[in-house]
Amino acid sequence: MDFVNAIILLLNYIFIPALTYGSQLALGAIFVTLIYGILRFANFATGDMMSFGTMATILFTWYFQSLGVSLGVLPTALLAIPFGIIFMILYMLLIDKFVFKYYRHQKSPPVQFAMVSIGVMFVTQAVVRIIIGPGDRRFFDGEKFIIKARQFKEMTGLNEGLALKSTQVITIFVTIVLVSLLFWFLNRTKTGKSMKAYSDNEDLALLSGIDPKKIVLVTWVIAGILATIGGALYGLDKSFKPFTYFNNMLPIFAAAIVGGIGNPFGAFLGGYVIAFSEILLTYAYKKFFMYILPESMEPNSLVQLLSTDYKFAVSFSILVIVLIYRPSGIFKGKVL
Amino acid sequence: MRKNLNVIAAYSIMMVLILMVGIFQSWNIALSIFNLCLISAVMTMGANIQWGYAGLINFGIMGYTALGGLAAVLISVDPVQEAWRAGGFDILMSLWLIVVMVLVIRFILKRFEKSKIRTYSIAAIIISGILLIRFSAEPGIEAIEAVDPAKTGFLGGFGLPIIFSWIVGALFAGGLAFIVGKVALGLRADYLAIATLLISEIVIAIIKHEDWLTRGVKNVIGLKRPAPYEVDLQTTDWFIKLVEKFNAGKLSVIENLADRQAALNQLVIEGSSVFVKLCYSGLFLVVVIILLILTQKALYSPWGRMMRAIRDNEEAANAMGKNVVKQHLLIFILGSAIVGIAGAMLVTQDGLFTPGSYRPMRYTFLIWVMVIVGGSGNNFGAILGGFVVWFLWIEAAPISLFLINFFTAGIPETNAFKAHLIESVPYFRFLLMGLGLLFIMRYRPKGILPEKIEIK
Repeated sequence: MDFVNAIILLLNYIFIPALTYGSQLALGAIFVTLIYGILRFANFATGDMMSFGTMATILFTWYFQSLGVSLGVLPTALLAIPFGIIFMILYMLLIDKFVFKYYRHQKSPPVQFAMVSIGVMFVTQAVVRIIIGPGDRRFFDGEKFIIKARQFKEMTGLNEGLALKSTQVITIFVTIVLVSLLFWFLNRTKTGKSMKAYSDNEDLALLSGIDPKKIVLVTWVIAGILATIGGALYGLDKSFKPFTYFNNMLPIFAAAIVGGIGNPFGAFLGGYVIAFSEILLTYAYKKFFMYILPESMEPNSLVQLLSTDYKFAVSFSILVIVLIYRPSGIFKGKVL
Repeated sequence: MRKNLNVIAAYSIMMVLILMVGIFQSWNIALSIFNLCLISAVMTMGANIQWGYAGLINFGIMGYTALGGLAAVLISVDPVQEAWRAGGFDILMSLWLIVVMVLVIRFILKRFEKSKIRTYSIAAIIISGILLIRFSAEPGIEAIEAVDPAKTGFLGGFGLPIIFSWIVGALFAGGLAFIVGKVALGLRADYLAIATLLISEIVIAIIKHEDWLTRGVKNVIGLKRPAPYEVDLQTTDWFIKLVEKFNAGKLSVIENLADRQAALNQLVIEGSSVFVKLCYSGLFLVVVIILLILTQKALYSPWGRMMRAIRDNEEAANAMGKNVVKQHLLIFILGSAIVGIAGAMLVTQDGLFTPGSYRPMRYTFLIWVMVIVGGSGNNFGAILGGFVVWFLWIEAAPISLFLINFFTAGIPETNAFKAHLIESVPYFRFLLMGLGLLFIMRYRPKGILPEKIEIK
């Protein structure tokens, strides 16, 4: 019985939260990696673009709520996400037209692109804060829990409860669907394959008649979808705050690079690597050991490898180690 | 003279702008803007050495600034004897362990050939070392943090004059840069940017949460000053006389003696804070001028030429027998050390150390905007960038408030849209910075004062 309790404990406090957080990071990381692989720059505006998409989603959620439209047990935000995506894509295309296009035609070095993306970061941050303000926003409605910890305890008669939030299930489900669709698109359709070709060797791709304008457009469209959904899921699960989104850029970058930048599947796995290592290393295992060890060996301390304050530092350290020993990422592979 | 005309013109405009703030807003605001402009100028000089001279991208400026600030705390605060007695021994033991660990790793690296076993054994040493250090330091840390946590709860510093911290801050930052450079400088430009950004976040995380060293988010307040205190000045005879002399005309108009005394008191209070700020301005100006002379000398020396050669064509410079790796490391350390000085200056001026306030927007990206806008590779440009961008950063809110009021003059105050705009005035500074950066990068990619190299 104690053993089952220990497993439930780990599931509740490590596995499910890490899986959720990892899914949110994975979507962002694929966004970073796509931009890097096809447009060839590190996009420092990643976090703020995600917050823009989320902001649009929140505004539509409020609008629908004011109309009285809702999805019942599901959050209204799910209905608003498609509209958020449209706004996000429009904003990205606008920025591409007025900012990035020029440098693409100039064939500027990646560093210059990165600098320009910092300008975009500042502007986007300002736009988001001017429109919705810098404060914390919660836009979740509908049923909060699928299983409550107490219900679970009553159902199974165990000491440990397993709480399952609906946002967690939604996040994981949506991520799986979206990522499978994306990989199907990249590997099976003609446009997807031409994107891969473009990322692999630009000159050869152009020679074989691939239209670079279309590739760039499709890239931004996919990026907009990923950014909005990733951002909205994070906002639903936790809360929306522009500053948090800006900060999330860092673990997202870490995930993308750990997975091998330019490689979407690597980025997908990288998100989970970062999420799991953050949570595994900062979780206090005291209770876990209390269940599995005999009473005489129970630990006195918290059995915590690192204090939770260092959550971010964990992912950054992993990234730095990976950068030094395997600059092309753990899941080395072809680009895109 | 003629070729420097644009430099002189740009600086004159900047000075006039600051003077205008002094005349229209207040001299206090003008001087605090000026002082922070000077500190920003030091930071941009550091970043400019790395980016403009050598083409190294360093997004870790925040980390070096914070280390400089930490130096200010460690130098100036009096040691907390009780905390040292409580946990000093454990901390020293852990430091000793770290030194031993590093020496062992160095020994292994030197002694054995590169192999998988070597890598794994080093990893094992590091992990077991960290666990051991945690184990040995834990009781000490707890004991130190328990010593009067509301006031101290940390080891304190050396109780020296805070000015020394400017040098120590440079050493701290340079030391960190040495480690970071050894580790990360081989990376491609954009990877280097991300790696340095993340490392600076780790540094901030450590400063924020190691309370025994820095008091963490509880902040350290009331640091010693290199300048006199306002309260003391207000009771000093010569200062009151000085204020009286300056404002003789204004005071003589007032007939009533009591009124005149009250007015004088008011003037003394205002004057004292202006005077203190002027003291800081003097100190900062000395630093800026010394650094400017040194960096200019370096830029036009054979060493500067070599750096530019490395920046413009690494392979060619390498083929000419220049040690690119070593020079990159050197310049990375130098630039970061200058940023460290700026960090210490900043904490000196504020008189408090708030680890929670170190955020990448303000301390990394804004500095980069300054370098790019001012003109990378040109020291005068970088300093000007520091001035212009900081000035706009502070004045953006009043300017945009004025513009909003101007354009929405016809709309009543109660209008929701107008009220919302006015409420979000503080965020227009981000917009201004972003647009400024984008426009400069597009239409004047070399900055306001571009790099000009003359071979004499």
